[in-house]
This record gives sequence, C-alpha cells and structure tokens, in this order.
Amino acid sequence: MTTADLTDDDRGMLGRIVDPALLRRLFRNRSFAIGFTMFVVVVLIAFFADLLAPHDPLQNNYRYRLGEPNQVHLLGTDNFGRDILSRVLHGSRVSLVIGLLVVMLTAVFGTLIGAVSGYVRQLDNVIMRVMDGLMAFPPILLAIAIGATLGPSLFNAVIALTVAYTPRTARIVRASVLVVRETEFVEAARALGAGHLRILFRHILANSLAPLIVQLTFIFALSILAEAVLSYIGVGPRPPTPTFGNIIAEGRNYIAEAPWITIWPGIAIMTTVLGLNLLGDGLRDVLDPRLRVEGR
Amino acid sequence: MLRFLVHRLFSAVPVLFIVSLVSFLLIWLVPGDVASTIADPGASAEELQRIRMRLNLDKPWHLQMLHWYGNLVQGDLGQSFLLNRGVGQAIVERLPVTLSLTAIALTLSLLLGVLSGVIASVRHGTWLDQSFMTLALLGLSIPDFWLGLVGIYVFAVALGWLPSSGFVPIDQSFVGWARSMALPALTLATTQMGLLARITRSSMLEVLRQDFVRTARAKGLPGFKVVGKHALTNALIPVITVAGVVVGILLGGAVVIEQVFALPGVGRLIIGAVLRRDYPVIQGGLLLLASIYVFVNIAVDLLYAYVDPRVRYDDR
Repeated sequence: MTTADLTDDDRGMLGRIVDPALLRRLFRNRSFAIGFTMFVVVVLIAFFADLLAPHDPLQNNYRYRLGEPNQVHLLGTDNFGRDILSRVLHGSRVSLVIGLLVVMLTAVFGTLIGAVSGYVRQLDNVIMRVMDGLMAFPPILLAIAIGATLGPSLFNAVIALTVAYTPRTARIVRASVLVVRETEFVEAARALGAGHLRILFRHILANSLAPLIVQLTFIFALSILAEAVLSYIGVGPRPPTPTFGNIIAEGRNYIAEAPWITIWPGIAIMTTVLGLNLLGDGLRDVLDPRLRVEGR
Repeated sequence: MLRFLVHRLFSAVPVLFIVSLVSFLLIWLVPGDVASTIADPGASAEELQRIRMRLNLDKPWHLQMLHWYGNLVQGDLGQSFLLNRGVGQAIVERLPVTLSLTAIALTLSLLLGVLSGVIASVRHGTWLDQSFMTLALLGLSIPDFWLGLVGIYVFAVALGWLPSSGFVPIDQSFVGWARSMALPALTLATTQMGLLARITRSSMLEVLRQDFVRTARAKGLPGFKVVGKHALTNALIPVITVAGVVVGILLGGAVVIEQVFALPGVGRLIIGAVLRRDYPVIQGGLLLLASIYVFVNIAVDLLYAYVDPRVRYDDR
C-alpha cells in the first residue's frame, strides 16, 4: 500500500510530518530552524568523527601530558597526552548513540504502556499507579541506582535511562489516547467493524504522535545530559571510551593545571542539548501549540 | 482541608508501596551472584555465605520481602557493608546537608526564575524578553555538574574567592558554611532557574491577556500593582506545579553536586556506595529520597488550595 491509498485520517501525523506545507511551517519557525541546523551539524560531526579527528582519541603521548592548546593539539591534551579535540569528537558519537537508543526504547515502551493503559480500562489504574511510583524517583537517581546495580557499560546506561524516562512518555501517550479514542472518526472506524489493534495503531496512535515526538526530542536532550552524569560518576561506558562525561571526569583532577580537559566536553554537551531543546521548542510550537513548557 | 489532606496522604500509599518495591527489587538486578560481587576477590565460601545471610539472600523470595517490609515498618533500612552500621542512621546524619542544599537552590531558582519570567512577560517581545529566554534555555542545556567544575575553576582556582570543595557545619561557623554552600547551591539553582522562568513567563502572558487585568489597569492601578498583585497571584499556580517537579530534579542533582564539591550529604553517601557496591545503602538512599519527594508533592498540592481559593478539595 502506498501513502496515496490512505485517507487523511489514516495517514495521521506521520502523513502530515512529510507534508511539504508542514515542513515549510517548521522551517519558518526560528527555534526549529536553528535547533535543527545545530543538531544536524552535531550528527554529521559524530558520523564523520574518524575523518575529522586529527589524532587517535586513545593514543597516549607521554611527552605531551596536560599539554596546552597549540597548533598540533587545538584543544590541548589530557593527563595521558591524548588529544582533547579528537576525544570530544569521538565522544559525541557515544553520547548520540546512547541518546538515540534511549529515545527509541522509550518510544517503544512508552507507547506500548501508554496505549494499553489508555485503551484497556481495566488495566489503566494498575499501570498508572506503577508509573506514578517510578516517577516518584528523581530520574537521575533512579538511573544511577539501576546503572550501578547492572554494572558500568554503554548498554546498561541505556537500560537505566530508559527505565527512568519511560513513565513520563507512557503518561503522555495515555493522555492523548484518552482524548483521541473519544473522537468521531474512531467511533466511525469501530462502526465499520475495525478490530481493536487496527483502531489502536492505525487511528489512535497515528493521531497521538505530535506530543510524543515533542516529548522524545526533550528526552534525547535529557539523556545526553544524564549520560554525562552517569559517565562522570563511573556508571557509564568504561574509560578509556571517550564519552563527554568520561573526559570531564578525567579532567576534574587537573582543573587547576589543565582546565581545557574539563571545559571543552562541557561546551560540546551544551551545544548538542541546546540544539535539541530549540528543536523541541520549535516542534511543539508548530505541531502541538496546546502544549506549553509544563509538558516537559 | 483536613479531609483533603487525609485523602491525599491515602493516595500516596500505593506510590510509596511501588517506591519501596522498586528499592527492594533493585538487588535482584545484580547480574550473577550478589555475594561475590560485594565480597573481595578470593573470598572464602564461608565469607560469601555470611554476606548472603546478612542480605537474607539465602531465603526464598517471599521471606526476603517479608523481612524487607518488616524491617521497613520498624524504620530499619538494613546494615551498610562499608560503614558497618545502620543505613537509616547513616542517611539521617547526612540528610541535613542534602536538604539544606536543595532548599537553598530551590529558593534561589524560584526567586530569580520567577522574577526574570515576570520581567520577560511584561517586556514581551523586546530584546530583554529575548535575552532572558535565551539565557533560560541555555541554563536548561548546561550539565549542572560541569557548571560546578567551571565554577570551581573560576571562583576558587582563578579568583580564589571561595573554597573549591569541602564543608563547614553551620554551628561551627556561619560564614564558613555559607561560603562552602554558595557555589554548590548556585550551580544547582542555575539549571532550574531557566525552567521556572519559562513557565512563569508563559503563564503570565496568558493571565496578562485577561479581562480582569485590563479592568485593574483601567481603574488606574499602578502598573507594578497590576502585575505584582493581580496577575502574578493568578500566574503562580502552574509555577507551583513545576516547583514540585523541580524539587525532584534538585534532589537528584544534589546527589551529583555533592560529589563535585565533596559535601558530606546523602548523595555523596549513595555515590560512594555505588562505587563500592554497598547495595543496602543504595536501596535505602533511593527509598528515602523518593519518599521525601512524594511528601513534598503533597505539600505542593496543599499549597494550591492556599494560593488559589478556587481550588476546593472538600467537594471531592
């Protein structure tokens, strides 16, 4: 089936996202345009880190330890003489991969849990109480506890962050499912004999996508911040893997002699997260003007 | 009001149950044998068995759970391996540092966040509004622990105005305490200020558009009175909701900030436990901080009724 066979309702948000008119509206939004550009640049840097990095991010150089920025090492070197610029460029790769995995897993679990909770009335109460309970933990604390228990690794950090952010996503999906399932076109679909799964996926979820997409953009930003925290305290991917948090953790002991080790990865995090936040703000303004900052 | 309080406390019961259950189940996430993860490498079989007995891991799961909840009811959070003493006691001793850090950061971020949000809304569309909102978004994008390190570099290393880390108890020297708390609290507050400024601004913009504000202006009230009294009181309601959320973020942030500045709070205790696999301390810390957050949110709900007389909980 091609998209041409679908009616407007069927296509839902997915259809509207690729709609040129919507794209034009998105890019006319200043937040979206700036955020999108920043994020694309960061993604390209991460993708081509091998080509862009002037040195091997793991290559020690004991003759130039804690080296000041110069023409060979543009951002200086760390306590092993490793090139900071190369480590930051490669670090963006790890951070983006973690962010992307968390977003994908949160989207899947949040949608499933939220959809079941919003659609199956008998389960709603139980599921939402469990989500409330999980939301009572400060997300970063829950992620630290789970990550620490599972052991420090990239994949465990992803699991920990997914558990921390899924309840909020489930709640948002449930809220929009509750609204959409009462609309007339869902009633029409039901009258036409559509099954529960078809109604849920083709009609309800497709039309609940806007708040989900906005939320996922912010979760991407939050996961990059949280991943840095996890790596910093030693619960993320293990050193010498360059992640933003690992580089900062290594720089902390040399903050007086070699502040550049600490400063640059932080600026990289800030740029990435700022891009995502601007992107999310723009998406929200265009896709779902009803949502305001409280939605986060 | 009393009926509402009882109702609200009652609704916290299932949440607290899930919180305690998650904290209990945490130890089940440990891959492989828990005892050999905790013990020193090369520990004897008796050593491992002793650890299992101490954690009740030698018993079937329903007895483990019975023990956990039985002890919990008596206020016993188990024994720390590292400190060789009660987890509850260790946490309670360190709680004042964490709570005062969170409270100071909350106050700072509320004061500065709400103020800049109000200014931005009154000067809507001007360069002042735009620069405040850019700063707010920037604040939301900064990793707080990194900002703390930059703060140490600027104010302790380069300028030498403040100590780079360490803690002075308040009963020893107030000035010393204030100096040791200044950077951590400011760091923690900066990231949340932006969130509160954004909410305040959008909520104020909505209220400022309404008829009663126009009426207040029309009857000749001075501008600051219209904004400060009529508009702000009404705009504060969403701000209070978000302030409840901010407390949770600050409590989580305090855990990391305490580590950065070497403050002897619950956060430092938890992270120390994380690095040495002292599971009872992680479980207890998780449980206690989440419970505090639950009760803060009950307090926030009560505050609504106070700020907004339209909220009538008794009707429920």
